[in-house]
Amino acid sequence: MLTDHAKLVTFFSQCEEVIGRKKLQKMIYILKKCGYPFEERYQFHFYGPYSEELTLRVEELCNLGFLQETREKKSGYHQYRYELTGDGEEFLEHYNLEIPPMTELIEQMNGYSSRFLELVSTMMYFDTFPKDEMLEKVKTVKSSLNYTDEEIQEASDFIDKIKQ
Amino acid sequence: MAYKDEKLNEEKVFKDPVHRYIHVRDRVIWDLIGTPEFQRLRRVKQLGTSYLTFHGAEHSRFNHSLGVYEIVRRIIENFKDRPHWDDEERLLCLSAALLHDLGHGPFSHSFEKVFKLDHEDFTRKIILGNTSVNHVLSRVDKGFPQKVADVINKTYENKLVVSLISSQIDADRMDYLQRDAYFTGVSYGHFDMERILRVMRPMEDQVVVKESGMHAVEDYIMSRYQMYWQVYFHPVTRSAEVILTKILHRAKELYESNYTFSLEPVHFRSFFSGEVDLDDYLKLDESITMYYFQIWKEEEDPILRDLCNRFVDRHLFKYVEFNPNQQMSEWMELHQLFQKAGIDPDYYLVVDSSSDLPYDFYRPGEDGERLPIHLLMPNEELKELSRQSDIVEAISGKKRTDHKLYFPRDLVEGLSNRSKTKKRILEILYG
Repeated sequence: MLTDHAKLVTFFSQCEEVIGRKKLQKMIYILKKCGYPFEERYQFHFYGPYSEELTLRVEELCNLGFLQETREKKSGYHQYRYELTGDGEEFLEHYNLEIPPMTELIEQMNGYSSRFLELVSTMMYFDTFPKDEMLEKVKTVKSSLNYTDEEIQEASDFIDKIKQ
Repeated sequence: MAYKDEKLNEEKVFKDPVHRYIHVRDRVIWDLIGTPEFQRLRRVKQLGTSYLTFHGAEHSRFNHSLGVYEIVRRIIENFKDRPHWDDEERLLCLSAALLHDLGHGPFSHSFEKVFKLDHEDFTRKIILGNTSVNHVLSRVDKGFPQKVADVINKTYENKLVVSLISSQIDADRMDYLQRDAYFTGVSYGHFDMERILRVMRPMEDQVVVKESGMHAVEDYIMSRYQMYWQVYFHPVTRSAEVILTKILHRAKELYESNYTFSLEPVHFRSFFSGEVDLDDYLKLDESITMYYFQIWKEEEDPILRDLCNRFVDRHLFKYVEFNPNQQMSEWMELHQLFQKAGIDPDYYLVVDSSSDLPYDFYRPGEDGERLPIHLLMPNEELKELSRQSDIVEAISGKKRTDHKLYFPRDLVEGLSNRSKTKKRILEILYG
C-alpha cells in the first residue's frame, strides 16, 4: 500500500531539503534514469521532463502531513521548499524498501541550479540518440535558454560521472 | 501535385455529436483515417472503465481523435495570416492532432501500470515503425513521420505547434471535456469553445488568449475541475479500475508460476513476459481483453475467476475514506485480519490515491514547473491566468487529493457471524 509514496518519502529522508518544484522534478527524473525505482511517469514539457504524477503525489504527501511545503517569495515569483516531517519519518518505519542509498547523488544535485539540472535531465531524456544528434536536439528544444558549450560539457561530464 | 497538397475532390464530413461535423479535405488526413492502426482506436474506449459508472461512456479514442483534429483545423483557420503563424506547419499540426492518441491500448491506464508500458512510446513506434500510418506519412516527406512524432512527444522545435495539441489549454482537453460530458450525460464539462477559439492568438512558443476572452477560459477551467471530481475521479470507476488492475496482476502472476490456463493466453504472452513488440501490442484491443475476461470467469484459479466475475458482471468493491497518516495501524491490522479470514489482502484490500489517476489539474506554473495559460493584455503584455482571475486562483490553491480503501464487502459479510475476525473488520471499516 502506498509504496510509491513511500519511495518518495525515502528520497526526502535522505536529503535535508529540496528547494524548488522544478528542481525536485528534475532530481527524481535523474535518479530514475540512474536506475532508482521511482514509478512516476514523465513526459517532455516546456521545461524538460515533467511528471504530473510526481506533482500530485508530493501534494498528497503534504496534505497527509508527511512533507512540509514552505512557500517563499523570491524576486517576482514564488519558490517552494520541501522537508520531511516527523509523521513522514514514522510513515517510513512501516516500510522495508530496498532502495540503494542515494544521499551522495542527492547532495551533488542539490549543489547545482535548477537550470543546470534542466539541462542534465533534458540530455538524459534524449539519451537513446547518438551523442551528436542528442546535443543537436537539446540545443533545439532548449534554444531559449542559450546553454553555453561549457555548460553542456559540464552536464555531459556530470552524466558520465553519475552513471558510473 | 505533391501528395502533401493533394485535396479530395469533395470535402468528406463525419457527423459528430460534439462538433456537429468533422471536415476532411486533405488527402493525407483521409488516408491516415483509413489505416488499420487508426481504425483500431474504434476498439479502445476513451474513458476506460467509466462505462461501469456512466452507462453512456462507451465512446472511443477514434471519436476523440477526430474531435481533436477538428478543433486544431478550426484554430489554424483562425491563425492564417497572423504573426508568428507559419502555414507550412498546417499539415503537420493536423496529422499530429489526429494521431496523438494512436498508441493507447485497451484500458491503457491499468495496462501501463501493471506491465510498465507507456502509450506515448507506442505512439512513436507506430508512427516511425513499419506500419500503414508510417507509409502514409512518409509519402509526404521522408522526415515527416519524425516531425509528427516530435510534435506529439513535445520535442518539436516550434513550441507553438506543440502547444496546440499539448498545453494547459489545448485541443486535446477541449475535445475530451466536451465529449466526455456529452457521453457520460453530466451537465458539467460544457464551456464556450467557439469564444475561446475566436480569442486564441499565436505567439512565439505558445498559444495565448486575448484578455477579453478570460471568462470563457474561466468556464473551461471550472468545467475541467468539476469533470475531474465528478467523472474522472469517480469512486465507482476507481473500484472497477482497481479490480481490472488486480486481474492483470493475478493473470501475470499465474503465468509466471507456470499455471495452465484453460485457454492459452496467446494475446497476453508478451505482456506477461515483458517483451511487448508492436505487432502484439496492436493486436490486443478491448474486445480481445474482454473475451479473455469472459473465459477467465470460469478459470480454476479462484482469485482470477472471482475478479473477472466482478469486473464483467459489475460486482465491484466497496470503499471507505482512508487517511494513511491517521489509519496506518488500522490498515496493518486489517491486512492481518483479511489474511486470517482467508481473503488475500494483496488482491482484496487496496488503497487507491488520486495520484494514481491519469488526469491533471490546472497549474499556474509557479516556480517554473509547467507552462501556464497566458492572457494577452491590451498593451500586449502577457499575464498568467490565475493572477487575473479570482475564480481560477481560488481553485488553483484548493486541496485536491483523495485516498480510498477498496474491499469486497460481500466476502467480509459472507464470513460466519460468530467470527470475531469479521466483527473486527467491520468495526474498523465502518466504525
